[in-house]
Amino acid sequence: MNIRTGLVLTIVAAVLAAISFWMGQQAYGWMPPQASAESILVDDLFSFLVTLGTFIFLGVFVTLVYSVLFQRAGKYDFSDGPHIEGNVTLEVIWTAIPFALVIWIAVYSFQIYDQMSILGPMEHIHKGMATAEAAPGLAEVSEVSGQEPIEVLARQWAWEFRYPNQNVSSTELHLSNNQRATLLLKSEDVIHGFYIPAFRIKQDIVPNEEITFEFTPIQEGSYRLRDSQYSGTYFAAMQTDVVVESPEAHRDWLKEAAAQPPTVAYNAAFEDYRRASEKGVSAGWVTVPPAAPPLVNYSGSPLKEE
Amino acid sequence: MANVLVDEPIKNLDEPESWRRFFGFSTDHKVIGIQYIVTAFFFFLVGGLFAMVIRGELITPEADLVDRTVYNAMFTLHGTVMLFLWTFPVLAGLANYLVPLMIGARDMAFPRLNAVAFWMVPVFGVVLMGSFLAPGGPSQAGWWAYPPVSLQNPSGALINGQFLWLLAVALSGVSSIMGAVNIVTTIVRMRAPGMTFFRMPIFVWAVMSAQIIQLFGLPALTAGAVMLLFDLSLGTSFFDPIKGGDPILFQHFFWFYSHPAVYVIILPIFGIFSELLPVYSRKPLFGYKVVAISSLIIVALSAVVWVHHMFASGTPSWMRMLFMFSTMLISVPTGIKVFAWVATVWGGKIRLTSAMLFALGGLVMFVFAGITGIMLAAVPVDIHVNNTYFVVGHFHYVIYGATVMGVYAALYHWFPKMTGRMYNEGLGKLHFVLTFIGANLNFFPMHPLGLEGMPRRVASYDPEFAFWNVMASLGAFLLGMSTLPFILNMVGSWIQGEKAPDNPWRAIGIEWLVSSPPSHENFEVLPIVVAAPYGYGKSDLLVSNADALEVAHE
Repeated sequence: MNIRTGLVLTIVAAVLAAISFWMGQQAYGWMPPQASAESILVDDLFSFLVTLGTFIFLGVFVTLVYSVLFQRAGKYDFSDGPHIEGNVTLEVIWTAIPFALVIWIAVYSFQIYDQMSILGPMEHIHKGMATAEAAPGLAEVSEVSGQEPIEVLARQWAWEFRYPNQNVSSTELHLSNNQRATLLLKSEDVIHGFYIPAFRIKQDIVPNEEITFEFTPIQEGSYRLRDSQYSGTYFAAMQTDVVVESPEAHRDWLKEAAAQPPTVAYNAAFEDYRRASEKGVSAGWVTVPPAAPPLVNYSGSPLKEE
Repeated sequence: MANVLVDEPIKNLDEPESWRRFFGFSTDHKVIGIQYIVTAFFFFLVGGLFAMVIRGELITPEADLVDRTVYNAMFTLHGTVMLFLWTFPVLAGLANYLVPLMIGARDMAFPRLNAVAFWMVPVFGVVLMGSFLAPGGPSQAGWWAYPPVSLQNPSGALINGQFLWLLAVALSGVSSIMGAVNIVTTIVRMRAPGMTFFRMPIFVWAVMSAQIIQLFGLPALTAGAVMLLFDLSLGTSFFDPIKGGDPILFQHFFWFYSHPAVYVIILPIFGIFSELLPVYSRKPLFGYKVVAISSLIIVALSAVVWVHHMFASGTPSWMRMLFMFSTMLISVPTGIKVFAWVATVWGGKIRLTSAMLFALGGLVMFVFAGITGIMLAAVPVDIHVNNTYFVVGHFHYVIYGATVMGVYAALYHWFPKMTGRMYNEGLGKLHFVLTFIGANLNFFPMHPLGLEGMPRRVASYDPEFAFWNVMASLGAFLLGMSTLPFILNMVGSWIQGEKAPDNPWRAIGIEWLVSSPPSHENFEVLPIVVAAPYGYGKSDLLVSNADALEVAHE
């Protein structure tokens, strides 16, 4: 490789690196708002992967485009290209570098996952697989949860949340800002998925199992909770709101909700099914009927449904 | 003597001139190969129609085009048809047609088993399509058929859509296992004199690697499907949580095969890239041995990555971490191949035929899919995008971007060999442009949708997702249209295309040394192979008896 080629390669690599870095920064904007401590961790990792991925993609793409543009055979040129069967140095390089990159990505992802500890701290620490990772990013916001876990009941096709200490049930998930939330996920029929995009967290809910799930909301507001594991006919309608409020507002809400007598909540799937059965003629096939709408103290603002 | 009598009528059916041989129980691997390809393409169009209904529904946020049950049946059958009735059979067809020719064999090791395996395809195709007539309609449990949803059976009928679906999948499994036994045996036992393993074309290496996966993986899926069938119809309780079964166990059975299945699909495509890029760049494949071996490394790793489909499922954290590492390792042998192809093209004398365009387009889309694949392997990112449209976008770049484009590349490249006619380049290029734009317009928008949190398999969605969904739907309709110039080209050229010479691409390979199309027995005299493949830029002979391979016939 002469100096000129080396120089050109360096310039090309620098330009690609700059574009990749820019893409990595853009990547934050492709995500929903960062409403949980976990979302910050995930977005950092994603931005890193976008940076790296852009560089690799452009590296391959630019090389191929250059070949296609400038290394075409002439119309009457029936000769062959140079007989190059391989190059051991090059092959060692492009095996070793991806291998090192992969280890880097995996270790970084491992650390991020460990800090998220959405399923509680990993037991790996006791099994000697790795040294304990402190969770410095979360330490400030997540004073020990201390509260009773909120029960999440998933059924075809409704979400119901129970706050056992306060005797409150709701079809909207209310959480206290900057406090580690602990949920107990239960399903009454099929597998559902608990997914809040703004929190970047997800967990399948398996019938006959109780899964403890935790995360820390960090921004007040209203977000969407969606069923993420296909659960049958009205799967798409199984959505509700998550409201993150200040600890004071949360306390007030619990108090107010506890004073409300249980009423039948609006349920999109049930309403849909009822309307369809009233019409008599169905444009589809027979379906599993939706469960009766939940009877809860608090059913959110009716305007927000569907 | 009995043998002769049995063989006689079949031989008559196989007269090369008779088009009827394509509709009968032929044992000629070339006929079976084309039977597979044409049957699969028919189902590709059927699966594409289902996709149009899906994209038609998703062009607006509300569930308004079809009933939700119909929508759910559509995506279930779209996935099932595209995998079990298009991708697997079309690749089986290419392997059937090409492997014996490439290794210098007269046919497959078990010609009758080969025909039986093929004829099971239309049989389970009919079973699956027949489920539209079953009470309660076709299966609506998704192509994963996860219990308990797949066990719910609202119609209450014994013969229901899910029952027929499971029956079809089990039959497909049996057919593929037969095919795998046949192909692996053929490659191991029937290579021509001098055709050592390291003289085999990469396509043969790739097909062998892929079929080894079928041998160890498919029994798990087929067993899982049969157990689910028992749960559904006989009241057993393997997976039914109400009776104490474990629904997560099914997910393990399912993905233990269905992840490696991705490599069953993509490895032959790697093989196609490795065959085509040298021909149209006039250079040897860069790092032949490493590319060959990396297929086997992928096979080994493919057996230990399945849990990455279950990162957000009922899996403990240690399992998620373990499978994250193993999954990421797969990118190393895959990367080796990608870099080898780029190095093959680099500095070559490139000719952009339709086949080369599809190969290059497929390669670029595959690299994109590989990068989103690494993102998905990283557990924290996967926790966010798992079961969202990001995953759907990722695997459509693999399955459409790389696989379908690769299949198109192969069909154009070997069309003259299979039919004895040249295809029309203009129509081929039009087909490429429509496909490339359509595929990217269709599948790219799925990535932002997934990142924003749109779950897959939904019939309705929040209005914030509308923009990218409209884009994707337009892309899908364009993709549907893109098949028209292809069909026109293939049918028209086969009937009245220009006659093809033995080797229109000046390619190096045994299949190009015989006439187009090859005679019934392929070779009068078996080739004696004296060189490694891809000898571009040298003037070495590939076989020592090129002139004696067949009796002259014009």
